[in-house]
Parts: sequence; structure tokens; C-alpha cells
Amino acid sequence: MSAIAKAPGKPVVSDRARAENRLGQKLVLPAVIIMLLVTAWPMIQAIYLSLFRYRLTTPDDKAFVGLSNYGTVLTDSLFWQDTLNTVIIMVLTVAVELVIGFAFAMVMHRIVFARGAIRTSILIPYGIITVVSAYAWQFAFSLNNGFVNAWFAWLPWITPDTNWFGSHWPAMFAIMVSEIWKTTPFMALLLLAGLSQVSEDMIEAAEVDGATWWQRLWKVILPNMRAAIMVAVLFRALDAFRIFDNIYVMTRGAQDTESSSFLTYRQVIQQFQLGLGSALSVLLFLTVLLLAYLIVRLFRVDLAQARGEA
Amino acid sequence: MAARSTRTQVGTGVGFVLVLVWCLLPVAWILSLSFKGPGETAAGSPQFLPKVWTLQNYRDILGFGTVTPGQENTHSDFLDALRNSFGIAAISTLLAVLFATLAAYAIARLEFKGKRLVLSLALAIAMFPVVALVGPLFDLWRTLHLFNTWPGLIIPYMSFTLPLAIWTLSAFFREIPWEMEQAAQVDGATSWQAFRKVIVPLAAPGVFTAAILTFFFAWNEFVLAISLTSTTQSRTVPAQLSFFVGPDPFNPPYGLLAAASVVVTVPIIIIVLLFQRKIVAGLTSGAVKG
Repeated sequence: MSAIAKAPGKPVVSDRARAENRLGQKLVLPAVIIMLLVTAWPMIQAIYLSLFRYRLTTPDDKAFVGLSNYGTVLTDSLFWQDTLNTVIIMVLTVAVELVIGFAFAMVMHRIVFARGAIRTSILIPYGIITVVSAYAWQFAFSLNNGFVNAWFAWLPWITPDTNWFGSHWPAMFAIMVSEIWKTTPFMALLLLAGLSQVSEDMIEAAEVDGATWWQRLWKVILPNMRAAIMVAVLFRALDAFRIFDNIYVMTRGAQDTESSSFLTYRQVIQQFQLGLGSALSVLLFLTVLLLAYLIVRLFRVDLAQARGEA
Repeated sequence: MAARSTRTQVGTGVGFVLVLVWCLLPVAWILSLSFKGPGETAAGSPQFLPKVWTLQNYRDILGFGTVTPGQENTHSDFLDALRNSFGIAAISTLLAVLFATLAAYAIARLEFKGKRLVLSLALAIAMFPVVALVGPLFDLWRTLHLFNTWPGLIIPYMSFTLPLAIWTLSAFFREIPWEMEQAAQVDGATSWQAFRKVIVPLAAPGVFTAAILTFFFAWNEFVLAISLTSTTQSRTVPAQLSFFVGPDPFNPPYGLLAAASVVVTVPIIIIVLLFQRKIVAGLTSGAVKG
């Protein structure tokens, strides 16, 4: 818009433009300050604290130790176990959500009746508190009070006595089910927005040319909603990497189901290890940064294009 | 063609049922569980529906009628947590949406230096690992006496909801007819007047949607809620729920937790029922816009 207003030949900075610049900056300033106040400043604090031996229970013992906290963390097998758990949860949940979410988006896109009903029901898992979702699924998988064992006893590996929270993989499975249930709607809605951008004419044309349903899906629909898929994957992957609530409620980290976030929380809040915990915080932050960078680079996510700004 | 559309319709119909079952089954389960009495869950009750329907859990959690011995304080703690949740979520929403509206207006309407930077900052914060802040914030809040207070949660909630609100709102604001603002300016209104008198009424639906999404975030938030509070003076519902363990850690009070879950889910369901169209529009326009 304003590119047109600033036609070539006009003075580079008019009074009007200068006023607009000032007003713009004034309007974003409060939001920027609030966003930085609670993120940038504590993050700098975390970087600083991570260089100290500092435990809240023994504050007098605080001493500068350089990078040794990082050494402690990076040589600890628990840290790597938890990072691995987090990556497994991230990759599996996002992959499953992508498939289920796409199916949901297809249904929502094609449906001609009860659009309100389907929108309402899909928004309920989205809006529900994660802690509530975690309890609902924990109880569903519970040994004495859950319906899962009773309903799925016909599967060879499930018996009425299957204790889902008694060993690593079943517990991870239960956690992932809760995570997937709660967050698939978000994925589905982002994919729905992408799906509605694919032109129906193109799909029809492909069909007239004899493309099968499968070919239409892979050659026409998916390539044309690439931007939406990538944005959905980026948002969900980074969100899944921060998984905490489900694990806290369902296992409290038992059966080696801790995530990176849970480990950091436990060091800081339960063990008051501010120095070590801050090192974990910084590492977590760097991992998320790296992950975001990798996803954006590998999949060439263009947020501006996805938002129609390019 | 006719064959395909019939097949598509059948497929869509089946899909519709599957989506409904997937989304609503856990909700039905927690609802059914909330009507199972403490005796039934203690003895083990793997069937989906209660053998005997009882309102005892709701009595215990909300504190009306006769309360089960041993649960005397449950309801006052839970009601405190509900009050905190409503207050904290409402204030964070109000403030975040106010600041986001100003910022989004500037981003959508004005040319200024640093616009890209603001958008990138918002995106970076949306992806920020909240847990990484828990330690330093815990330390800082204790020094500033913000630990275990409402502002202690409201301030970080504002920071983490601003990105979503700014992105959603700036997408909405781009759709607003610009000419009307220019017309107002031609008529002698300043930029500020044009904003207040012309854009605000047009932008109200978008602002409202951003408010719903912000409210959902604050209502749901858990990491900061358990880390930065210590008593029911400021503990919100998600945090309070995680403390309802009961005397026996291997046998949590299923029915009580289920009833509490149902109570906190009711506002969400009401909001969703009333505003589903707006929420879907807000969620999709914020991230992907055609």
C-alpha cells in the first residue's frame, strides 16, 4: 500500500512518513517491551547463572565455575536419554498428527452438512486444558479403572492386566496418545486453511486427465499446499519439543519418560539447582533455536509467503 | 461423476463420524467418570459408564450438600483456583489484546523501521521453550516479591500470548478496507483519530477472536502456573488439579479429578459452541492466509 504512496520522485523522507514511522514505533513499543521483559532478560540471566555453582538452598556456596555446568550436563546419560525421549515424542506425534490432521482437514473441507457440529467438536480437544487431557487418558489407560484394556483386549499384546505405566514404551505410548489427541485439531485447522487454497479446477483437470485419487493427492493437492504443511509442521514440532504437562501428570517422569523440559523443571524447581538448571535452560533454548533453523532451512518454510505477504 | 460424488459423500460421512468419536470420546469418558462414586473407582471400575450414578464428586468439588469426610478442604481450594484462573486469564487477555491491537495496527497499516524485527521477535517468542525461563523467573520474582502473586503470572502470560495475538490481529487488519481510513484522514482526522473512530469498530471481530485464543492459552498454561506459585492464593486450576493426589498416590481420586476436569472444561465448551466460526478463522488466518 504505502509503497504506492511513496512514489519515486517524492522526497525520500517526508514529514508524513517520518510521523508514520514514529507512530508505528510508538504503537509496537509496549508489546515489544513486554515480550522482551519476560524472555530476553531472564534468558540473559540464565546464561549468567549457568556459569555458577548456585543452589538456592545454599546461596552462600555460590561460586563461578565457568563452563563446568555444561560439561556436567553434556556428559550425563540422563540428559541424552531425555533428549532422545523428546525427539522421539516430537517426531512420532508430529508424523501421526500430520496424517490424522490431514484426514480431518479433508473431511472438514468436503463436508456439506453439519459444518458447525464438526467445527465445534474439533475445537473441544484444542480448547481443553492439557492437564485435563492427560488425566482423561491416564484414567483411560489405568489398570483398574480404564476402559482401554477392556476394549482392546482382542489385540494380541493387550490383556486386562496390561499395566501401561509399568514400563517405558507403553508409558511413552500413553503420553503420545494424549499429546496427539489434544493437538491434532490445531494441525487439522492449519491444513484446512492450506487445503482451501488448492484450486478445485486443478483437481478436476487432473481427474479429467485420468489421474487416480492417489495421484491427485500426491501430484496436485499436497504440492499445492506445501506452505501450509510446512508452517503446521514447524509450529507443531517446536511445540511438541516443549512437551511437559502430559508427562508431569501421567508419569512424573517415571519409567524414563522424562522430556528435556521436565528435566530442566526438576533441576530448577524441585532441586533448586539454579546453576545447573540454567545450563539446561540455555541448552534447551539453543536446541529449539537450532531445530527452528533446521526446519526452516530444510523445508524452506516461507512464513511471509504462507501469509500472503510476499 | 455421479459415482464419485456418492463415494465421496459416503467417505465424508464415515469421516465425520470418526472425527466426532475421536474428539468427543475422551470428553464423554471424563464426564462418565465424574459420576462414578469413590467406592466404585477404589474397587476398580473398568467399564465405561458408572454402575451407580452419583453427584458426590460434584458435591465435594463445589462444596454443596454433604461433603465426603476427608475432602472438606477440596472445594475451597478448588474454588480458589477457579477464581485465580478466571481472574488471571481475564486480566492477561485484556492487557495482551490491548497491546497486541496497537502493535498489529502499526504492522498492518503503517510503514516504520523495525517492522520485520517485531514480527520475527513475535515468532521467536511463540516458539520459546517456556521451561527455560522458569529458573531465572523464579529467582527474579522472589526478589521482586512477584512470586505467588497474580501479576507474577499475568506478566509472563501477556508475553507469551502477545505473539499469537499480534499475528492473528495483523492478518485480520490487512483485510480491513483501507479507503475508509484514508477517507477519514481526507476529512481531517489524524492518524490516531482514524484508528479510533474507523478501524476499531471494523476490527472488533478480529480483536474478539484474538481475545478468545489468548484466554485459551492463559486458561491452559501449566509450566509457569506450578513453578511460580506456592499456595491457593494464586494457584490456577491446572496447577491445583496436579496437586489433588489424595492420601494414596497409587489410587488417585479419579471421580474427584474427573468432576473438577468437567467443571473447568465447561467454560471452554461454552466459548467453543458460541464462537466456533470465529476461532477457526482466527487460528487459520494467523498462520496461513490465502
